[in-house]
Amino acid sequence: MQLTVEFGGGLELLCDSVKIHSVNVDVPNGEEKLTMGDFLMWVSKNLIKERPEMFIKGDTVRPGVLVLVNDCDWELTGQLETTLEEQDVVVFISTLHGG
Amino acid sequence: MEHKGPDGAAIRREIESLKATKADIESQISSLEARLRDMNLGTEAVSINGSCPLTSAVDVSLRHGLSPDMIHRYSRHLLLPSFGVEAQSNLLKASILVVGAGGLGSPALLYLASCGVGRLGIVDNDVVELNNMHRQIIHTEAYIGQPKVESAAEACRAVNSTIQIVKHKEALRTSNALKIMSQYDIVVDATDNAPSRYMISDCCVLLGKPLVSGAALGLEGQLTVYNYKGGPCYRCLFPTPPPTTACQRCSDSGVLGVVPGIIGCLQALEAIKIASSVGEPLSGRMLLFDALSARIRIVKIRGKSSECAACGETTRFTVEQFQNFDYEKFTQSPMVASPPKLNLLPQDSRISGIEYSKIVKDGEAHILVDVRPEHHFRIVSLPNSLNVPLSALENRVSEISLAMKEIEGQNGKGASLFVICRRGNDSQRAVQYLQKVGFTSAKDIVGGIEGWAGEVDPSFPAY
Repeated sequence: MQLTVEFGGGLELLCDSVKIHSVNVDVPNGEEKLTMGDFLMWVSKNLIKERPEMFIKGDTVRPGVLVLVNDCDWELTGQLETTLEEQDVVVFISTLHGG
Repeated sequence: MEHKGPDGAAIRREIESLKATKADIESQISSLEARLRDMNLGTEAVSINGSCPLTSAVDVSLRHGLSPDMIHRYSRHLLLPSFGVEAQSNLLKASILVVGAGGLGSPALLYLASCGVGRLGIVDNDVVELNNMHRQIIHTEAYIGQPKVESAAEACRAVNSTIQIVKHKEALRTSNALKIMSQYDIVVDATDNAPSRYMISDCCVLLGKPLVSGAALGLEGQLTVYNYKGGPCYRCLFPTPPPTTACQRCSDSGVLGVVPGIIGCLQALEAIKIASSVGEPLSGRMLLFDALSARIRIVKIRGKSSECAACGETTRFTVEQFQNFDYEKFTQSPMVASPPKLNLLPQDSRISGIEYSKIVKDGEAHILVDVRPEHHFRIVSLPNSLNVPLSALENRVSEISLAMKEIEGQNGKGASLFVICRRGNDSQRAVQYLQKVGFTSAKDIVGGIEGWAGEVDPSFPAY
């Protein structure tokens, strides 16, 4: 499945400062669909190069990270249960505090 | 003009004569203009005094509360069909509080003052510094060392002397937040740290005020409106604070000046929309700005959470809870943007900048390792220092061993190992590691490069 992943708000520093990644992810064996839960694990295994604790906490993202699926907060689409489809765009963005 | 052409003297005479005529005409124009002005002023004076009830055109304009001066000043707003007289009158009656007169607050305050917000409050407890100037455009060099609140208020007054400007020269805390914020209709969060953001949002929930929240760091900015007409608050979105390592400061990570400028302008815009009841405020949505790729993305965010600790239906914060809440403990970070001062090493593993300067002067054999990131090292560094960034220390420790062997070979005796960083925190972490891997006599320089500039060499650039 072809997906686009984007990192922002400093999270890109965890993956060699590359913000936009075009990726190909397989639906897990024995499953019919790819969920955000599966994808999150895939991202932390394949894209995150350092300090994984700055991205993941338990089975979800760490506090202060907004997850957007096609420009919509994943809280509105089912969080870890959100089903991903071909060409979807997933954004991970760390909240900023500076001014 | 004649074929032969006049000589230079004749041309000069003609120029002088034309100039004289020009001056005469200009003086006649000025005198006529002055007569016209007097005539106009006369009519206005009559209408303002109300002694001439038949001048209906002027009366109509006064009914909405805009004086002739206001009509002139805000005419470009009044000419906008979607803004007009009504929205401008709303603005003139509105009160807005801007918390923070820094990178975000600078443009926000200037626009809010110039657009005619009736009462504009400024909260800040900092002083203007030279390294603020690249982004905090409300301040001028003449104000360096003086309170930002004074500088910002003066700049606002200079662009609009007709509005009320209120200075709150104090840090916003749970002890004064309710009192200050309750005096305004709308709050603009232009602060620079996580605990202040939670506190301001909670206080807005308690007081039922809309909050225009902006943030900027590096080359990115974020903007949204909280607690507006049933929309989410800051805690609905971020119920748990992020780890402190995820809360970067402009003074550590840097910021391109124009980036907070853009977000601050957008904050002014959202505040103006709410105050004037025009348009759709950015509630339930968030604007994400990426300067490098020149992209603005507006995303849909979650609504109000029924379980929110601040605004939830059954879990609503009380005034007492708010006043006793320790925001710095909650977020594990301070409200003032001052860097932490760690004390990880025993005294005999540390030396002062002055002591180190003596070692250099006496020519004692040593290696100085600078553990700052490479781009910091490129700004300025001490002579003969070896740059091994803390993040790469583990992989590059052999470079230090090599340098030590080399200098010991040259001198035929032992050499000391010193570590420096920007402020004296990372250097302690580095010494802890170096002592663990065998450099038992490694010492760090207290206060780092900043301390060196302060104690030893005042001409050394501070950044």
